[in-house]
Amino acid sequence: MYAHLKSISLATVLALALFGCGKEEPKPAPAPAPKAAAPAAPAEMLVKIGNVAPTTGPIAHLGKDNENGAKMAVDDVNAMKVMIDGKVLKLELVPEDDQADPKQGTIVAQKLVDAKVAAVVGHLNSGTTIPASKIYSDAGIPQISPSATNPKYTEQGFKTAFRVVANDIQQGGTVGQYIAKDMGAKTVAIIDDRTAYGQGVADEVEKAAKAAGAQVVAREFTTDKATDFKAILTKIKGKNPDAIFYGGMDATGGPMAKQAKDLGIGSKFVMADGGCSPEFIKLAGDAAEGFICSIPGAPVDKLAKGEDFKNRYKEKFGTDVQIYSPNAYDAVMVVVEAMKKANSADPAKFLPEIAKTSYDGVTGKITFDEKGDLNSGAITMYEAKGGKLEVVTTVGGK
Amino acid sequence: MDIFLQQIVNGVTLGSIYALVALGYTMVYGIIGLINFAHGEVVMIGALTAFSVIMGILGAGTGLPVGLGVAIGLIAAVAVCSVLAFGIEKVAYRPLRRASRLAPLITAIGMSIVLQNIAMMIWGRNYLRFPELFGTERYVVGGASITSLQIAIVLLAAGVMALLLVMVHKTRLGTAMRATAQNPEVAGLMGININTAISIAFVVGAALAAVAGLMVMTYYQVAYYHMGFILGLKAFTAAVLGGIGNLAGAMLGGLLLGVIEALGAGYIGDLTFGVLGSHYQDVFAFFVLITVLIFRPSGLLGERVGDRA
Repeated sequence: MYAHLKSISLATVLALALFGCGKEEPKPAPAPAPKAAAPAAPAEMLVKIGNVAPTTGPIAHLGKDNENGAKMAVDDVNAMKVMIDGKVLKLELVPEDDQADPKQGTIVAQKLVDAKVAAVVGHLNSGTTIPASKIYSDAGIPQISPSATNPKYTEQGFKTAFRVVANDIQQGGTVGQYIAKDMGAKTVAIIDDRTAYGQGVADEVEKAAKAAGAQVVAREFTTDKATDFKAILTKIKGKNPDAIFYGGMDATGGPMAKQAKDLGIGSKFVMADGGCSPEFIKLAGDAAEGFICSIPGAPVDKLAKGEDFKNRYKEKFGTDVQIYSPNAYDAVMVVVEAMKKANSADPAKFLPEIAKTSYDGVTGKITFDEKGDLNSGAITMYEAKGGKLEVVTTVGGK
Repeated sequence: MDIFLQQIVNGVTLGSIYALVALGYTMVYGIIGLINFAHGEVVMIGALTAFSVIMGILGAGTGLPVGLGVAIGLIAAVAVCSVLAFGIEKVAYRPLRRASRLAPLITAIGMSIVLQNIAMMIWGRNYLRFPELFGTERYVVGGASITSLQIAIVLLAAGVMALLLVMVHKTRLGTAMRATAQNPEVAGLMGININTAISIAFVVGAALAAVAGLMVMTYYQVAYYHMGFILGLKAFTAAVLGGIGNLAGAMLGGLLLGVIEALGAGYIGDLTFGVLGSHYQDVFAFFVLITVLIFRPSGLLGERVGDRA
């Protein structure tokens, strides 16, 4: 009995001692630190933000574009000296390359979780964003994709999944209607690259075009790594459609448009955001003329901060904006705004603030619906004229 | 009908490229009975070398005409590939010439991986965009559209293959190669340097591969470090289809495979009522390979060197 009591009290004393130490220890540690540093500069808080995009492979130019957008935002935030919890926020961008490959996407997602990033901007492709979103959700890390448009991404019920771009139901619907009504196409051929993005947007375009009275005369498939489209295009040539819609990226779309012209196909070539880049025009050459494509959101250079963004981007990186660097920029800003409001860089604390975001970004006003989708559903249609993409019209939006 | 004709045009263009690459497989197989799986990578190295040289010349503002720049690029690619193939044979295959047949096959696969990685280190993982250097003229024949580039590819391939046939059948070198293929020991006794004959087979095959590499790059306007892998497998299939070891067989096999692929991708959707789509295009080559191996293992024209099968 006595022995028992003794051991219990001993344990209590030990536990108290340990607790006491544990409680006391963190206090003196941070206290002298600010004093030791120069009095003018408060302590810095280092926060890592992950950015995932394919920076190698066929669409490396788009991956680099997203990464540059995020990089620019991080540099801007660091220059602004944002105060959070009494410390200066210092962001560090952790860029990762998912090679546009779903398998690689989950590997780098896990890598970012292990590196304890506070938030992730990405991924670029829907095909990599969707499988990776579960990993971020399980780890409680907010994920904001600047460019994944497949509806499924935000339909999984993950509280951590957001996107600062309209989804394919909005985009595909607008493009499908545009083809059937504004372009007056009675027959349309649809091709997709069998990726989550390409297939998703092509399905929505097909639905909307049919609903608007156009007839889908051919549905063909390729892959995101293919280089030869002559066989499927030849088949489409036999159906002689008024328009061809391709759900895929510019790396395959450009050569496809060119091969279509080589085959003497006169149909209008249409793509969604994946092909709406200067790179497409470079790849398609003279076949780009008259090409129609869409980008979710209002045209960036018509927005207040858009022109300035484009100029600063060009100055900083020496290249033109491809598609989604403004969205990647805004994604970082949305995270920082949420951190400011929560006065914390802890994902658990600032995550609810992301859902409540109301931010005027480069791409326009950003607010999220309950799923994490962007509320504004504006889609802008572009046409290639004389080697440049020019705004035709902006549909929807507030 | 014009659709059918168009698919034939597509297929013949692709097929003549396959044929050039298939000749490399078939020559090496014919002379030492080895399937040189690194051959596809030689095509890739040829394309990337041509890319660097052509872009270097045209980008440096030397003012050389585009045609001359491409010609220099082609010569450089042929030179690099020839030296490469000579080196591969000497380092990876010659020491194993008396080993079991499996050993050189495995070094060939190893060589292929090594070359891909070397190319990845030199040129990176990105797809290199090859610009359209010559304006494309489009002609319409019987409802099918043919571009000047397609005509150039087919004519160049035909010319190179004709040269090869002349070399193999009309020159002393060709005679030496054929003799080595028939019986290396006796050929050696007759005073033929069989090592030289074998090296020549590798070098000539590599030169053809370099030409094919430039063609593929110009046709699809892109070059990257693993472009040779699938192309190599398809060309190998073409060689087997025609009868590996048989020069005419490789040419026929290449053309046939190109046409089968084009027609297959064009009509598979209709034939399977939409169950299989045109993205199964690449499957056709290997379907053909399996069918040939089951029903006619020696290929359409048969192996020339039967005792090596």
